[in-house]
Amino acid sequence: MDMSPLIISLKTAFAATAITFFIGIYMACFVVRMKHFQGIMDAIITLPMVLPPTVVGFFLLLIFGKRSWLGQLLLQFDIRFVFSWEAAVIAAVVVSMPLMYRTARGAFEQIDKNIIYAARTLGVSEWKIFWWILLPNARQGILAGIILSFTRALGEFGATIMVAGNIPGVTQTMSTAIYSAVQADDDATAFQWVIIVVVFSFAIVMLMNYWVNYKARNQVFAGAGK
Amino acid sequence: MRLNVDIKKKLMNFELQTAFYTEGEVLALLGASGCGKSMTLKCIAGIETPDSGVIELDGQMLFDSSRNINLPPQQRKVGYLFQNYALFPNMTVAENIAFVVAGNKAEKKKIVAENIRRFALGNIEDAYPQRLSGGQQQRVAFARILAAEAKILLLDEPFSALDSYLKWQLEQEMLEILERYDGAALFVSHDRDEVYRLCDRVAVMNQGYIEAISTKKELFENPQTMAGTLLTGCKNISKARPINDHMIAAEEWGLQLHIAGGVPKNLCCAGFRAHFFELADNEMAENTFQMEVVRVIEDPFSYLVLVRAKGTTGKTLLWDVDKVVWQKITAGRCFLRYLQIKLY
Repeated sequence: MDMSPLIISLKTAFAATAITFFIGIYMACFVVRMKHFQGIMDAIITLPMVLPPTVVGFFLLLIFGKRSWLGQLLLQFDIRFVFSWEAAVIAAVVVSMPLMYRTARGAFEQIDKNIIYAARTLGVSEWKIFWWILLPNARQGILAGIILSFTRALGEFGATIMVAGNIPGVTQTMSTAIYSAVQADDDATAFQWVIIVVVFSFAIVMLMNYWVNYKARNQVFAGAGK
Repeated sequence: MRLNVDIKKKLMNFELQTAFYTEGEVLALLGASGCGKSMTLKCIAGIETPDSGVIELDGQMLFDSSRNINLPPQQRKVGYLFQNYALFPNMTVAENIAFVVAGNKAEKKKIVAENIRRFALGNIEDAYPQRLSGGQQQRVAFARILAAEAKILLLDEPFSALDSYLKWQLEQEMLEILERYDGAALFVSHDRDEVYRLCDRVAVMNQGYIEAISTKKELFENPQTMAGTLLTGCKNISKARPINDHMIAAEEWGLQLHIAGGVPKNLCCAGFRAHFFELADNEMAENTFQMEVVRVIEDPFSYLVLVRAKGTTGKTLLWDVDKVVWQKITAGRCFLRYLQIKLY
């Protein structure tokens, strides 16, 4: 059995989650601090989560396709973005980012504002506040965000097949491999991948539940001494 | 260490307009909830930005709208004590203090050790904030503020969320800390007793505006303004108008009262405290009226007696009577016919 879909899926999901982690947290910080137009910005960032993946794929083709300005620019450097592994990563980033953003934002907003104000009046720089206070105190939410966006990236199908295609050994992930197998009437292969995906997803959800329970047992103190 | 504040800021229901200074003393901002006290502190600390005005601390401009100066909170050296102390939950006591100290490792260590000793935190330096009692948290918060070399303390209703026993303990600790601290402090509260015990001068704040600044003694003896009268706990207040230089008509009670010190020019109301009554045998003395009892309410250590001058239908007066005295009256050993109102 060709294991390349598993490896490509994992590679894509890991790469996408790494990118999503930084962008999602940055966006969360950015939106939490916004004074105006917070709602609009939030809606724009969340949109890929609720849009059909084909719509996301269509937009990505518009942006990166051969006829686009960016596509033309990339062609000058002999980079063909569409139907590449990188395209699969970008598709996964776009659809999984809202999950990271939303969970991180929720975690940041739960931190007692007074703690941040106190740090500021005590002379702590914004940079230090972010790394030593915001991140550590939001770590449960951020962990949950990582897991959610990883699973979302791992299961991505619609946008991926539109911009990255379904090229075995290059862009064929587990999800697209199941689609191909079903199309070719190869139920045995489809079954194999289905089982792998189900076991994998189940394990991840269990892991998250464990974390949530762990959190409940060691309730993070985020407020007063009452 | 002098703090000068003269700021304006538009708020939801009113405009904050505060102007005051404080120098090496504990100044209280006394006001009802939502009158802009905390907002004033937040503007000084740089957490909120006023619309216009100046804030000057120790000769340094923290905020000056005309010159576009608005220092970030990090550069203001203002120690803000939050109601919930706002300790960093992911750090131990020692880490909480070390985190805000500038300088190299050796200096940090020295300052942390100094403050741990000063606030007797030695036995809890490795504990996390959630394990500490309220008093311990308060001490850590102070240690952290002093380690960051704050030039002034801003105390934002530090006891208002506590039950009365814990509150008393924390107040004692605060009193001790303030006595040893020689800088200036601003104390925001709506509790007159707290303010009287902890502060030197009091600024009465009403709807974003500072109505009067005076020593606490002056304020409690003669609050001057309606808000001050209410905030200092005066229970008997009536609309009043002058009759002549020494007489006023307290309309809501239907009484005419003699004011020995003379009637102030801009009189609008009259008020006196619930224990300013004395039993009298006849109507001969000043401000003595025949009274009838409307209602009696028992308090833990006194009786609250609502009385009204005989023949009037106005608002009742509240008389706070010692239990012993009231028991004498109910036992028939002395008579409640006349009450003298002791005015100054």
